[in-house]
Amino acid sequence: MIDGASDTIQFAHRHLLGIEGLSPDDITLLLDHSESYVEQNRQIDKKKSVLRGRTIINLFFEASTRTRTSFELAGKRLGGDVINMSVSTSSIKKGETLIDTAMTLNAMHPDVLVLRHPDAGAAKLLSEKVNCAVINAGDGSHEHPTQALLDALTIRRRRGGLQGLKVAICGDIVHSRVARSNIHLLNTMGARVRLIAPRTLIPEGVERLGVEVFYDMKEGLEDCDIVMMLRLQSERMHGNFFPSIREYFHFFGLDYEKLASAKPDALIMHPGPMNRGVEIDSEVADDIGRSAIREQVEMGVAVRMACLELLTLNRPETEQGNL
Amino acid sequence: MAGKPSESLGRVAYVNARLVDPASGLDAPGALLTEGEVIADFGAGLFSEGVPEGIKVVDCGGHCLIPGLVDIRVQLREPGEEHKGTLASGGRAATAGGITTMVCLPNTVPVIDDMSVVEFIARRARLLGLTKVYCYGAVTKGLEGRALAEMGMLAEAGAVAFTDGVKAVGDAQVMRRALSYAGTYRLLIVQHPEESSLAEDGAMNAGETATRLGLQGIPRAAEIIIVERDIRLVEMTGGRIHFAHVSTAEAIEAVARAKTRGLNVTCDTAPPYFALNETAVGDYRTFAKLSPPLRAEADRQAVVDGLKNGTIDAIASDHAPHDEDAKRLPFAQAACGGIGLETLLPVSLEFYQNGQMSLTDVLRLLTCGPADVLGLSAGRLEKGLPADLTLFDPDRAWKVVADDLLSKSKNSPFDGRPVQGRVLRTVVDGRAVYGREG
Repeated sequence: MIDGASDTIQFAHRHLLGIEGLSPDDITLLLDHSESYVEQNRQIDKKKSVLRGRTIINLFFEASTRTRTSFELAGKRLGGDVINMSVSTSSIKKGETLIDTAMTLNAMHPDVLVLRHPDAGAAKLLSEKVNCAVINAGDGSHEHPTQALLDALTIRRRRGGLQGLKVAICGDIVHSRVARSNIHLLNTMGARVRLIAPRTLIPEGVERLGVEVFYDMKEGLEDCDIVMMLRLQSERMHGNFFPSIREYFHFFGLDYEKLASAKPDALIMHPGPMNRGVEIDSEVADDIGRSAIREQVEMGVAVRMACLELLTLNRPETEQGNL
Repeated sequence: MAGKPSESLGRVAYVNARLVDPASGLDAPGALLTEGEVIADFGAGLFSEGVPEGIKVVDCGGHCLIPGLVDIRVQLREPGEEHKGTLASGGRAATAGGITTMVCLPNTVPVIDDMSVVEFIARRARLLGLTKVYCYGAVTKGLEGRALAEMGMLAEAGAVAFTDGVKAVGDAQVMRRALSYAGTYRLLIVQHPEESSLAEDGAMNAGETATRLGLQGIPRAAEIIIVERDIRLVEMTGGRIHFAHVSTAEAIEAVARAKTRGLNVTCDTAPPYFALNETAVGDYRTFAKLSPPLRAEADRQAVVDGLKNGTIDAIASDHAPHDEDAKRLPFAQAACGGIGLETLLPVSLEFYQNGQMSLTDVLRLLTCGPADVLGLSAGRLEKGLPADLTLFDPDRAWKVVADDLLSKSKNSPFDGRPVQGRVLRTVVDGRAVYGREG
C-alpha cells in the first residue's frame, strides 16, 4: 500500500527541523504514513526495501540510547545503510566544529543526516551546509519533532484524533525541546494545551505560543484527557530552579492523588528516560491501564520510518550544486 | 499569667472601653464580649442595660481597647542563642508591649530552612500560651544566599513568608529565582534591603557624623540599590516583595512609585528610623548601632512622611536582643540591633501625642496594616475572630528604663526616653496574658 502510493505522496519540506511551520496536512501526512509501519513492525518480517541504497547517518553530539536506537532501527527496517556517529567520542574532542564534521560527512554523500546536538539551532545550521535531508533529533531546548509526532500518533491511536483534547504538559518546560515541539503540534492540530510547573520552569512569554499556564497540578490537570510528564533536565540547569527533589515531587510529581483531578481515563505519557520518584511516581508510570509510555517507544520507530521515507522521496535523483 | 488550655474561659465583658478598630474605622465608647477564645460581640450599645449575670466583667476605665498589636519583625533567638533571648522571655516582653501576634526571623540555630524548626517553634510557643508566634522561613538554605530553601513545604508547615533575615538575598539571579519560585505558591519574600558589598565594612550611616567619629560609613545607596533592583525583579517575575525597615527617602519613593504602577510591593519601618537619627550614636553608643544604620535627619523626616502618606504599610519593632558581651565592644565590633517589643507602642504613639496622626492611623500601622502585609487574620475586631486584645492608656507617661524591661537582653536604643502610652492588659485567645495595676 505504501509502496504503491509513493508516487502521490508529497511532503512539502526538504528537512524536518521542527514542528513549528508544519501545516495540519503535513502532520496528518506524517502520521497517516506512520500508521502502516506500526503494523509492519509487529510482523515477523519487518524489513522493507524502500531505502535500499540510501545512506543514513545518525550524528549524535549528546548521549542518547532510545532516540538513536529508534532511528537506527527505522533506517534498517526500510533497508537503508545506517551509520552511527557519537561525536562526543570522536572529532569534537580534537577541536573540529559542527560545520567541519558536517562537510566531512557531506562528502560521503549521505541521503539523510539525523542530528542530535546540545545547542538550539544546530540542525538549522547543518541543513544550510549539506546536500542531504536533515532530521532534527533534538537541538538543545528548541525542538524534537519526531518525539512530538510519536506522541501525536500514540494519542491519535488511543483517542481517534487530537482535535479538542485537553493536554497537560507538566514539569521542566523551560529546558524542554519535547514541550516546544508538542506545543506547536498540539496547537496546530486543534488540541488545547496547558502547561503546569513551578514558575521557575515556565519560560517567559510562553503564553504567546497559545497555551494556558498553571502553577498547581490539581488545578492544571482538572478535566485533562492527556497528561504528558517531562523529565527534569538537571544537566541543563545552571543554578536554582527549585529547592529539592523532595519538594519538587511533593508539588509536581505525578501520583494518583494529583492525577485524580484529570479525567478518569486520562492517558499518561512521558518521553523518557523517567526519573521515578522525581517527576513521576513508580506506581503511576507502571500502570498498564493508564500509562502509554511503552507504546510511545513503539510508535517512535514507526514515526521515524515515515520521516525517513518521506524525506528521501523528496530527494532529487542526483545531487545538485556543491555547497 | 498564662492560662491553662484546659481552663474554662467562659464569657468576659470588657465594659467602659474606648473601642478603636483601625480596620473598620471604629473609634467609640462601648463594650466587647469574649466567649471562650473568640470575640462574641462588641459595639457602642452592647451592655447598655448592664451586663447579665454569669459574665465576668472587666472595667476598662475608659481606656482604649484595640485589636492586639501585630509585630512582623522580631528575633527571638530560640533555638540556638538562648543567652540573648528565648521564646518565653520574648513572649513576656511582647505581652507587656501589647503585642498579641509576632513573626520571628529565621536566623536561629538551626536556621528555619527545615519544616521541623517551624514545627518546633510553633509547639513551644503554643505551650507557653503567651503572644502568638509565627515564623518566616529562609529563602535560601542556611541563609547562605545560594540554593533555594524548600519554600513550598515550609509554607505548608506554617511559615508565613520568606526572608534571609538580617541578610539580603544579594545575588540578582538567586533573587529572581526566589521571587519566581515563591510566586508558584503565591508566597511573599521579605527583603532586608542592603547591598552587602557596600555595607559590610561600615558601622554607621555614611556622612559627616561617621567622618567625625572616624567610623566607616554605610552609604544610603546600599539600601536604595537593592530596593530599586528588587522592584525590577518583581516586575519581571510577577512575585511579591516586602521591604523590611526602610530608612531612606529614595527607597520610600521607589516603593511609592512601584505601588502606583500596581506592583506587589509593600514595606515597613521600625521606631528607631522615625524617632531617632544618627546623632543618637553620639559618643559611640553601641545601643544605637542598628541595621540599617540610623540615618540623617532628612531621611528620618522622609520615613515620617512615608508613614503619614501610607507608602509605608506597617511599623514593626525589629526586636533584636543582644547580650552585653555583644554590645560592650568598640563600636565597629559591636553587634547590630536593638530590642523593641516594649517600646513599639509608646514610641509610635508619639505621632498621636504631637498631633501628626490620628490615633486610628497610628494604630492601623501596628494592627491590620502589618497583618494585611502577611495575610494574617489578626489585627482587627471582628466577631468570631480570636480574642486577641490590648487595653492601653494612651496618655499615661512613663520613662523607658532598659533595666526595668522584661526582655532578657536590655539593649534598647530608647533607654531613658520619656514616653506616653501604657499597656494595661493584654489578652490572647480570650486569656489575660499580661496585666498592670494602677
